[in-house]
Amino acid sequence: MTDGIGARVKRKEDKRYTTGSGKYTDDVRNENQAYAAFVRSPHAHANVTGIDASAAEGMPGVVAVLNGAELTGDGIGNIICGWAITSKDDTPMNMGAWSALATEKVRYVGDAVAVVIADSMEEARNAAEAVEVSYDELPAVVDTATAMDAGAAQVHENAPNNLIFDWELGDEAATDAGIAAASHVTKIDLTNNRLSPNPMEPRSAVATFDPAEEHYTLYTTSQNPHVARLVLSAFYQVAPEHKLRVIAPDVGGGFGSKIYIYPEEIVCLWASMKTKRSVKWTSTRSEAFLTDAHGRDHVTHAEMGFDADGKITAFKIDTIANLGAYMSLFSSAVPTYLYATLLAGQYHMPAIHCNVKTVYTNTTPVDAYRGAGRPEACYLIERVMEKAAREMGMDPAELRRKNFILEFPYQTPVIMNYDCGDFPGHLDKAQAAADVAGFAARKAEAASRGKLRGLGYSTYIEACGIAPSQAVGSLGAGVGLWESAEVRVNPVGTIEVLTGSHSHGQGHETSFAQVVADRFDLPVENIQIVHGDTDKVQFGMGTYGSRSGPVGLSAIFKACDKVELKVKQIAAHLLDASADDVFCEGGEVKVKGTNKSLGWHEIGLAAYTAHNLPEDMEPGLKEGAFYDPVNFSFPAGCHICEVEIDPETGVVEIVKFTAADDFGTLINPLIVEGQVHGGIGQGVGQAMLEQVIYGDDGQLLTGSYMDYTMPRADNLPSFDVEHNSVPSPSNPLGVKGCGEAGAIGSPPAIMNAITDAIGTENLEMPATPSNVWQAIQANQIKHAAE
Amino acid sequence: MYETTFHKASSADDAASKLGAAEEGKLLAGGQTLIPTMKARFASPSDLISLKDASISGICRDGDSVVIGAMTTHAEVASSVDVPAYLAALAGGIGDPAVRHRGTIGGSIANNDPAADYPSACLALGATIRTNQREIAAADYFEGMFETALEEDEVIISVVFPDADKAAYAKFPNPASRYAMVGVFVAQSGGETRVAVTGAGEDGVFRHEGLEAALADSFTENSAASVAVSADGLLSDIHGSSEYRAALITAMAKRAVAAA
Repeated sequence: MTDGIGARVKRKEDKRYTTGSGKYTDDVRNENQAYAAFVRSPHAHANVTGIDASAAEGMPGVVAVLNGAELTGDGIGNIICGWAITSKDDTPMNMGAWSALATEKVRYVGDAVAVVIADSMEEARNAAEAVEVSYDELPAVVDTATAMDAGAAQVHENAPNNLIFDWELGDEAATDAGIAAASHVTKIDLTNNRLSPNPMEPRSAVATFDPAEEHYTLYTTSQNPHVARLVLSAFYQVAPEHKLRVIAPDVGGGFGSKIYIYPEEIVCLWASMKTKRSVKWTSTRSEAFLTDAHGRDHVTHAEMGFDADGKITAFKIDTIANLGAYMSLFSSAVPTYLYATLLAGQYHMPAIHCNVKTVYTNTTPVDAYRGAGRPEACYLIERVMEKAAREMGMDPAELRRKNFILEFPYQTPVIMNYDCGDFPGHLDKAQAAADVAGFAARKAEAASRGKLRGLGYSTYIEACGIAPSQAVGSLGAGVGLWESAEVRVNPVGTIEVLTGSHSHGQGHETSFAQVVADRFDLPVENIQIVHGDTDKVQFGMGTYGSRSGPVGLSAIFKACDKVELKVKQIAAHLLDASADDVFCEGGEVKVKGTNKSLGWHEIGLAAYTAHNLPEDMEPGLKEGAFYDPVNFSFPAGCHICEVEIDPETGVVEIVKFTAADDFGTLINPLIVEGQVHGGIGQGVGQAMLEQVIYGDDGQLLTGSYMDYTMPRADNLPSFDVEHNSVPSPSNPLGVKGCGEAGAIGSPPAIMNAITDAIGTENLEMPATPSNVWQAIQANQIKHAAE
Repeated sequence: MYETTFHKASSADDAASKLGAAEEGKLLAGGQTLIPTMKARFASPSDLISLKDASISGICRDGDSVVIGAMTTHAEVASSVDVPAYLAALAGGIGDPAVRHRGTIGGSIANNDPAADYPSACLALGATIRTNQREIAAADYFEGMFETALEEDEVIISVVFPDADKAAYAKFPNPASRYAMVGVFVAQSGGETRVAVTGAGEDGVFRHEGLEAALADSFTENSAASVAVSADGLLSDIHGSSEYRAALITAMAKRAVAAA
């Protein structure tokens, strides 16, 4: 077997990606196609007092100018958040209305108020500029920490003081007691910086209404086309599900931002019906900065108690999370069940209490971004651990070691039940690979050149494979989070696998094929993965939260079980053997202990000719399966970062980055390592480069790559990625998920290394040269004063 | 992008006359700033007059000077044997390869972006800007952010750089745009020391008298480091405070001196 589980198979899909042959939404060209351009608010907060489209309507090529009153008049529903969170006083969350086209009020710069449909993109944009919207400007609220202050502007009437919900998890009394009894308490205040997702392909939608069939087709940049169809049908009343086909063709990256259903897709569908034209919209990069859901944006105060021996007694967390101007689809789940449930990290913590307040502001909506809640949890825990070690004069690795969870299953105080792990093993492996023993000498050598060296740890755990449907349902989720698959063996023996997991850069077309190749001992080329079309795949919950491996592949695995059973029954019948003795090897189906065999293709042919099948067996060879996970999976690991800093300029160079990860069974280590590299790259972005910044008036100051710093090749080191795999007992393949781990584990390791080098904890992300220089200066002034 | 009318000029004078005839014309000299600005709908010239065929590119030696045609790309300057190493290195560090193969020296100094690299070299090396009308000393040419001494229908023909005895440029790139957040060009020739700073000043490129005096006295890193660079008049924005830029001026001056 060369192509099976564990093989470093090169990605099948890369040929089309790297030769410009991919088919993306913007590549769709329909007959009679028109273009949409949105009229967007230039103000962060204003009442809309009038829309005059008369000039625009008379411009060349203009088909229609449509507004929010017409949209709601046609019965198109408001955009909703799909996860209901209940406040600690048992009141429901205060969700404000979000119309795809704003009617009375705009709430962030970029909020759409009207749309122009025209024969060409340029004509649509020209006319959009000619739509005259009258605004009555209102004061804006932008800042996370002060959004609830008295006198702050009110974003939604039904969310007094901009509070969406005030939620808690854990035992507050036990936690307070643990802190009170502690011999040392480490306190920290941290901001988790707001990020812009920046997938390479901007969002796009092409909607086509067929009046004869009253049927809609939507091509769109989605990570989950079935969820898009469900939400567009059930909540926005665009069209019933059987009259709406959603296709997410090649998608150039998502990182979470393409999970949600945005106003533009809704409006394109509706406008196609209104104008009887196929309507295309493709976001400009400027629109992407303004409207793609942002990530993170937490402000947190936390306290962790330790006993005299350095054992954690309790962890208490107060977080304010900024959800922006409207509640995006999964926005409420990110700072709650994807965040607070991971606050035990890799440590035995007798008590945890987390209070989360979410707030509205006049900023772009915030939702899941690579890691979604788990990076925020990990960053907090790991900066606290490092700070605590420094305060108590302990080796930071030893403090971690002293508190590691060693026995499984382990019930944390915050819902999660860890099924397996080897936390000391990850640390050992990372320390050896990072040559921690040689650090002191390297630091001294760097000092001789006037450079500051630092070393920082992060031992992370996250939860993937979201999620057992019943569990998330009981926590407020509006959907089940299983996955479906269908395995079709064709009459010639080739195989098509239909999966609800969408691939937008993750390499599923290769790694999923490997699992099937492994099962039937076939070449990986003979297996085609089909995804991204609601007319082809029966249903699917899509790709996010590193769930495609643990959940999507498990569904394929289950469907393969059924196919294998039927293959064995057919072979046993044809070869006059017992099905129990039949096995697949080298492209053939063989009978144990004999020289009897059939070519794999002969089984397919037999199934479809149906000339000679076992009695009562249906013809054909295709099987479907739904898989609902029994638990989350828990990828974990240890990252060690070593930096060298130029104190003159504040420039930080990552001189060594080591990751020792546990992703369970590795289907394709090449793809896994690529995911880790990309994840760490985005972690470096968050830790050192990226930050969405708004002015006090709510204007976006980082609205282009001139001001928003994306990671580039020269910002990144060569990564040393080690594997320390403990197969998950919670799914049949033992996989855990690897898509987000790099982005979760790396920021605290980087920040701990930088703060180690400069000798002060007073540093927030991103550690830009300017911010590092400022911290060094402030520290010097502080020491001079002491 | 808004509609515009594209013209090709056959000479600098032809360009000037086409510019004069246009309602709101713009010269296209590489377009590495202008085209993206137009695509973002921030600029809407009625006419674009390309200088590509105006026969004003190329590099030649003229005694102790190098004459660089206005339409010479950064990549050509970076790889020319006739260009002193300190200037070639500056050109080789502008933007990225795509920008360097399209962008031109004339386009750069006509735009006078406060974070552009070339203006510092022009000031520090005492360059002369030749136009279709006259010669302008660099000291009289740069008049503030995006402001120059050029008249409405004046077209740059070439830039003349006298050779320096010692010179070097050190740049600290803005992490996002990679433009100069601070760029310091130091030059010494015939007993005169000039230090020009780009990227940092509220009014664009400027000469730093304190650093010039110190380096005239002793052309060493320590001498550069001994100058207290004031933050007054320096830019302060989301990328860094004026104090940080002041510190970077010291750091880049030291590096430029070391490299010169």
